[in-house]
Amino acid sequence: MNIPKIDIYNIRKDFHILERIVYNKPLVYLDNAATTQKPKVVIDRIVNYYENENANIHRGVHYLSQISTIAFEGVREKIKTFLNAVHNYEIVFTRGTTESINLVAASFCDKFLNEGDEVLVTQMEHHSNIVPWQLACEKKKAVITYIPFDDTGNLILSELDKFLNNKVKILALTHISNALGTINPIKEIIARAHQKNIPVLIDGAQAVAHLKVDVQDLDCDFYCFSGHKVYAPMGIGVLYGKEKWLNLMPPYQGGGEMIKTVSLDEGTTYNDLPFKFEAGTPNVSDVLGLESAIDYIINLGIDNIRFYENDLLAYATLKLKSIKGLKIIGNAQHKASVLSFIIDGIHPYDIGTILDKLGIAVRTGHHCAQPVMDKYKISGTVRASFAFYNTKEEVDMLYDALIKALQMLR
Amino acid sequence: MTIQEIENQIIEEFEQIDDWMERYNYIIELGKGLPLIDDAYKTKQYLISGCQSQVWLFATYENGKVIFKADSDAIITKGIVALLIRVLSNQTPDDIINAQLDFVDKIGLKEHLSPTRSNGLVSMIKQMKLYALVLKSK
Repeated sequence: MNIPKIDIYNIRKDFHILERIVYNKPLVYLDNAATTQKPKVVIDRIVNYYENENANIHRGVHYLSQISTIAFEGVREKIKTFLNAVHNYEIVFTRGTTESINLVAASFCDKFLNEGDEVLVTQMEHHSNIVPWQLACEKKKAVITYIPFDDTGNLILSELDKFLNNKVKILALTHISNALGTINPIKEIIARAHQKNIPVLIDGAQAVAHLKVDVQDLDCDFYCFSGHKVYAPMGIGVLYGKEKWLNLMPPYQGGGEMIKTVSLDEGTTYNDLPFKFEAGTPNVSDVLGLESAIDYIINLGIDNIRFYENDLLAYATLKLKSIKGLKIIGNAQHKASVLSFIIDGIHPYDIGTILDKLGIAVRTGHHCAQPVMDKYKISGTVRASFAFYNTKEEVDMLYDALIKALQMLR
Repeated sequence: MTIQEIENQIIEEFEQIDDWMERYNYIIELGKGLPLIDDAYKTKQYLISGCQSQVWLFATYENGKVIFKADSDAIITKGIVALLIRVLSNQTPDDIINAQLDFVDKIGLKEHLSPTRSNGLVSMIKQMKLYALVLKSK
């Protein structure tokens, strides 16, 4: 069966920002792991909301409030389907992956973590999936342990059972590493953790834009992602949590929406899921923007996206490997979108600065994954990260720019 | 020469170069030229760590003037370090403390001194002024 190709040149027209000129050069945007660009439909959705629909939701009795509420809750249902969750009240809207993880780290650990317990993470985590756990462990005098990864960029799973001991209260790991591009075999890891009754939180920030996520199939206990990494606005994200856990966890933030009754004398009772975890006025416009973005990628076909991006990553990897002295950091067999590299004798900062002046937007440094850099004993990498609107021509431009940068810097 | 005179000299040098890439070539040459700090000073004690590139800074006081030596592991940072040393080294503590360093903006390198750049340069300038303050009181 022929997978329909991504109609790249028409798709790029949906993204006005890709026509930008920077320093008199066409913008080559290769920093998608940091944030993605938004198609016009997403931007228009937000504008339309504020121009025609805006009202506060849930409690209002007037027309605008009702249509906004229906639209908002409609997105919750859509995300439930997108992730294949069982119930729509297992979908909590947050500000992003970082807030989602902080919510679980604070609330789950408040209830279940005790002195001497362990929280298990991995050596390849983004700081957002390390620091909230460190904070929780400090509070409860618990300990963080981590599963190491090998030079190729794969978790050393032969050691997994050793780490999954009876002191571990939760395992938190990334679906796709933002520094290495490694796609972790999370379904397998979750199954092994569950054999020891250890729940698992998955950081899906880098994943939902690049592959299909089915939370029932994965059987993860929590799954988090950020809108802005999947062609939706900044400031919106999702926490999926199995009903059983969310029901047991205490509220994270207090305020309006998350209550049933409030009394200064008799205390407060909390609302049902998911509202228990959605204090305050929600970010309605960006939830609707998220819906438009999800619709957009469903329309393109996540399999088509995956196929196209894999091809692009393979092309870029081969091309860059031909550069003398260039070493790719993260060579797992199963990768997505991310190409991190260093060049002998040249600092990533210098490379990134020259590439910038040539219109190429990449990221340099530790990518909020200092433990990854520490493992390789490097200060950072140059990271190019692709989306379905990038082209082979752009990869060629990256290559040419790198050659030019090396001429200047060597 | 006064700090202002040196800054003006640098601004003039850069005004001769129109092309962005040529300016960076020049900065890279400057970076390659900066006398490397003695290995003895490339230690944690003298490290002004940035998030991305690191800077080492060392200061001595001779005849009422502060002498700076510095290095960086990134060559563009090093080139900018070279310019800052040229401006601030061998000057009196007061002149160093009061230096505005407008030249950086005027030669189009302001972005490298943005605190969010995390290349150590902003911290280095702070540290240079701190050294000046401390050495002045001795």
